[in-house]
Amino acid sequence: MQAILFYLTAVVAILSAFFVMKCRNPINSALNLVTTFLCLAVFYVMLESPFMAAVQIMVYAGAIMVLIIFVIMLLNLGLTVKTRYTHGLAAGGILSVMVLFVANYFTRAGEATGTGGSVTSELIASYGHTELIGRAMFVDFLLPFEIASILLLVAIVGAVVLSKRKV
Amino acid sequence: MITVNHYMLLSAILFAIGTFGVLTRKNAIVIFMCIEVMLNSVNLTFIALSRHVGNMDGQIFVFFVMTVAAAEAAVGLALMIAFFRNRNSIDVDDFNMLKW
Repeated sequence: MQAILFYLTAVVAILSAFFVMKCRNPINSALNLVTTFLCLAVFYVMLESPFMAAVQIMVYAGAIMVLIIFVIMLLNLGLTVKTRYTHGLAAGGILSVMVLFVANYFTRAGEATGTGGSVTSELIASYGHTELIGRAMFVDFLLPFEIASILLLVAIVGAVVLSKRKV
Repeated sequence: MITVNHYMLLSAILFAIGTFGVLTRKNAIVIFMCIEVMLNSVNLTFIALSRHVGNMDGQIFVFFVMTVAAAEAAVGLALMIAFFRNRNSIDVDDFNMLKW
């Protein structure tokens, strides 16, 4: 049952990621990207991480995609003109296939070791995933969390300054 | 039975598709979306390995990747709007002001 769900979602994710790359209209690419994000949220649920799935849908499929679609519509981008570009296409194809082969090689080279950590399925079921995330974030990773808030502040200021016509 | 290797292969495929898009497309916003696909494939690897190892650290990493992606989206799209205002296009072939 889980295998069927995995393969169905994987096929949808790969196809929609392919069409993100393939579609000529940027709006179609954006909608396919939303489908990819939703498929990844399904994978996160299958991996017993429901909080990350919720954050994936709210932040990626919600906030970031709204921003991208807003900019596409603001700039009124139509169909892109197809120019002759075969050598670049071939080089990009070769490089991405090489990336795929290297990743495939290292994945199949052996079993992943280091299993048997403290966070098991029973622990997640008894405490809840959100509580475990919150404990890890606000106890072990408090300093990176504060740095992330400063990063977001800098991003807000940068976006406002960049999109102002005259500073 | 779905093992961690299945997830790693899936995210390798997604990453390769994203790489191909970044290298071959000319529209800056589509390149940006392909970068998001690559970031998401890495997130999938992080969460799959975090569950496999039995540790929460990978999922915190995903949280920070999402933060950086949100900041990148805000600044990158503001840059594209500023560029579009100057050149009336967001084709990456027109991004050549720094070329000598």
